[in-house]
Amino acid sequence: MRRKKFTIRRRVPGAPAVAAAHLLSRAELQRIVERVLRLSEADETEVTIEATADALTRFANNTIHQNVAETSLSISVRPVLDGRTARATTNKTDEESLRRVVAAASALARVQPRDPGLLPMPGPQKYRAVKRFCAATAAATPDHRARAVARVLQLAARNGQTAAGIFTTGCWQTVLANSKGLLARHEQTRAEFSVTMLDSDSSGWAKANAAGVAEIDPGSLAERAAQKAAQSRAPRELVPGRYTVILEPAAVLDIVGSLFYDFSATAVRDKRSCLTDRLGKKLFGENITLWDDVYHPLQLGPAFDGEGVPRKRVLLVQCGVPRNLVYARSTAQGAGARPTGHGFALPNEYGEAPMNLVFAGGKASLDEMIASTDRGILVTRFWYIREVDPYEKIMTGMTRDGTFLIEGGRIAGGIRNFRFNQSILEMLAHVEMLGPAVRAAGEEAFEMVVPAMKVHGFNFTEATKF
Amino acid sequence: MQEWANLALDAAVARGATYADARVMDIRHRELSTKNGRVGTVAESESLGIGVRVIAEGSWGFASTDQLTRRGIERCAAQAVAIARASALAKRHDVVLAPEEAHVDTWQSPLVKDPFRIPVERQLALLMAADAEMRRVAGVTLAETSMTFRRIEQFYASSIGAAIHQVRMLSGAGIVATSFAEGEIQRRSYPASFGGQHQLGGYEVVESFDLAGQARRVAEEAVALHQAPQCPEGRRTIILDSSQLALQIHESVGHAIELDRVLGQEANFAGTSFLTLEKLGTLQYASPIVNVVADARLAHGPGLGTFGYDDEGVPAQCTPIIQDGLFTGYLMSRETAAAIGQPRSNGCLRTEGWNRLPIIRMTNVSLLPGSWNLDDLIADTADGLWMETNHSWSIDDRRLHFQFSTEMAWEIKGGKKVRMLKNASYSGITPEFWNSCDAICSRDHWVLWGTPNCGKGQPMQAMGTGHGAAPARFRNVRVGVAFAK
Repeated sequence: MRRKKFTIRRRVPGAPAVAAAHLLSRAELQRIVERVLRLSEADETEVTIEATADALTRFANNTIHQNVAETSLSISVRPVLDGRTARATTNKTDEESLRRVVAAASALARVQPRDPGLLPMPGPQKYRAVKRFCAATAAATPDHRARAVARVLQLAARNGQTAAGIFTTGCWQTVLANSKGLLARHEQTRAEFSVTMLDSDSSGWAKANAAGVAEIDPGSLAERAAQKAAQSRAPRELVPGRYTVILEPAAVLDIVGSLFYDFSATAVRDKRSCLTDRLGKKLFGENITLWDDVYHPLQLGPAFDGEGVPRKRVLLVQCGVPRNLVYARSTAQGAGARPTGHGFALPNEYGEAPMNLVFAGGKASLDEMIASTDRGILVTRFWYIREVDPYEKIMTGMTRDGTFLIEGGRIAGGIRNFRFNQSILEMLAHVEMLGPAVRAAGEEAFEMVVPAMKVHGFNFTEATKF
Repeated sequence: MQEWANLALDAAVARGATYADARVMDIRHRELSTKNGRVGTVAESESLGIGVRVIAEGSWGFASTDQLTRRGIERCAAQAVAIARASALAKRHDVVLAPEEAHVDTWQSPLVKDPFRIPVERQLALLMAADAEMRRVAGVTLAETSMTFRRIEQFYASSIGAAIHQVRMLSGAGIVATSFAEGEIQRRSYPASFGGQHQLGGYEVVESFDLAGQARRVAEEAVALHQAPQCPEGRRTIILDSSQLALQIHESVGHAIELDRVLGQEANFAGTSFLTLEKLGTLQYASPIVNVVADARLAHGPGLGTFGYDDEGVPAQCTPIIQDGLFTGYLMSRETAAAIGQPRSNGCLRTEGWNRLPIIRMTNVSLLPGSWNLDDLIADTADGLWMETNHSWSIDDRRLHFQFSTEMAWEIKGGKKVRMLKNASYSGITPEFWNSCDAICSRDHWVLWGTPNCGKGQPMQAMGTGHGAAPARFRNVRVGVAFAK
């Protein structure tokens, strides 16, 4: 790949912040809600409004090659007519379009069989406040992102490496209301930086996201990725087999995140969860405890679900034993349980899922895990994870962008990437050490609060050519 | 639509853009599903907006909005130019585009029965009939069906004078029977897994599947898999059914030939490719019987990668990708074609919607048919495995090492399918695998499959791609490793 010197040019004026310009006032949102509810003649009506303003600066080959912004608004209507429901969505806000979307949703609802499991809509709810909106993130401009990216590209050039990645900022507003007086609002910002540093025959990666752009440090993430790329040069090929692995938080996130839907009461009822017939039984190691907790300070997301039910903190796994599932309202009614505030927007066939997983962490640092390992593999991230066996929860996937051999308690160098075929159930029964739980971002699962883990007997089945 | 697009172009050029294009897109979507005899999802959506792409100060900028007023569109165009100027803060060279004529045209995909004019109750009744049929089989614990329709109307205009109106209708459906027994989950899908089969066309596409007629077989196979022996581990001859082979093409050919990946533009997320530039025209990608094309023309079939023009106004084309086993072509955009010295793009820049920047995507990347009759091919196989319907798929970020599993397999002995096997998987290295292909079935067995949800890009875009394939045989392939202890 050609490397060419780049230059940072003077700042140019006039690049506006996308997010800040697009926010709707509460009064504006309320007006749309009232217009929709007024237009509906259904027994009950629910309306969801979402406003999005996102911008993303993308770089590769040590230059910005894509740079985009988006503003959008959607209005989604769900009427209930004689025990039947359906949904129609539009992004047009004129009176005629709103009239049409209400009529379309009602027409879709009328023509289907009655749903005996459909509950009356919930009335007004009380929500615990969550603060997830950062004005600085909403005010970030293309220039702000470009300048940060330019500094990262300088670093790459200094190191003789090639950088690729993204820097994105944006905001999202949602209002969910219904004709029984329920009104739920949420505003959230999101800043994310991800970088891959490519060296001659190796690569390194780092990523972070948060509500506040000030919490994202592109420079230090780039340094980390650059160091991994440099440290994994001239990767050697190891024989596949079972190894002790040290999984950095992003690697833990991406593989363990595949479990999230298994904690859905609907999935268990449908017998497609790996927890079918396993609730209350020791499934993981004593050191595995897991909650769903939208209120955790490192989590993002609204404090209500797709029907406006307040989210509860739910203990999912206690000391290795799956204890609880999450429930939407109708699932809870069928199971004689209480709704936990994890339902998807209706109508849907999937029910609910925990979207804010938080693992109990430990005290071991990554260095301590490495120092305690005579021979093992350090994994930065996984890639292309897919389910091979849904009940034993065997997942396959690849290592990527920084996979290292550990020998005698220290990193001995980079290795060629492995394919794994590993049961998550077995993996979480083999955890020897846990790091502090941190907010991790990957590419295969929702952001979670997870620790680094040292796991024995991880099953690498084949190696690739790089 | 034309008025909005022209307004955006004028505004962008007035603010200093040296090139601009605009896409106004009006997308309508219907989604229906059932589960265990009850309606699951019944939903429709519509989305109308404009995306404006510009070059200013030699760099790209893109902005999109659904505020289709004069003020909203002018603000969007101005934002795209401002973003391009910010991009120029860290540029290495000016963007150069391969030349293209300014086409003015209208194109409409084939359509017999407009699915949005078919009553929803009739569509639900079709799904419910298949759902009920699956549940008649003892042992089925979950019966699911789904049907989706998408109409995409778009107007594309560019500052070089292109003006192209296109309407595409996409239809698809599928059914899945799942059986849980004795600590094991097995499933069978039809016509394909993960949403079924999808093509350009109307309701006639869905009717052609005969979902209810196939439902009992699908359900019986799901239950029967529990009693089937485990697929053994080792090296075997395998024959892939056409739907599994379509995904094999998608993952180990289609993504690998995307020139943006090859040039490093996707290195942070989707990955790069082992098909570096020196391999063009030199790599023996596959055995000499293998011929693959990327063909977006309607003459290839009504695939999800069929269109009149791509999303930067380049006409649909057919590009030879593998000719007699030799690697001969990439999927390109105007920018990437220029970057490698090609005289023209082959028309592969596509966008999910008005709010996404067009990026290089597959069109219809298809394996051309061979000459074998399927029965003859099985009869010609002394010892092998027939593998059918994808269950899982995974490939590394350079598209070299892959592993697939299928919902069902049959052991072939002495030219006959002798026993069903469960939990079948195979793995390999892309060029080694394709070079082991020694037989491809004829056009009688060739199906143009649709992958409706291929993910790529940041922000992520889902795109429909097409893959024609007939069953084919591969020798000395590693099987069973996914379940190896």
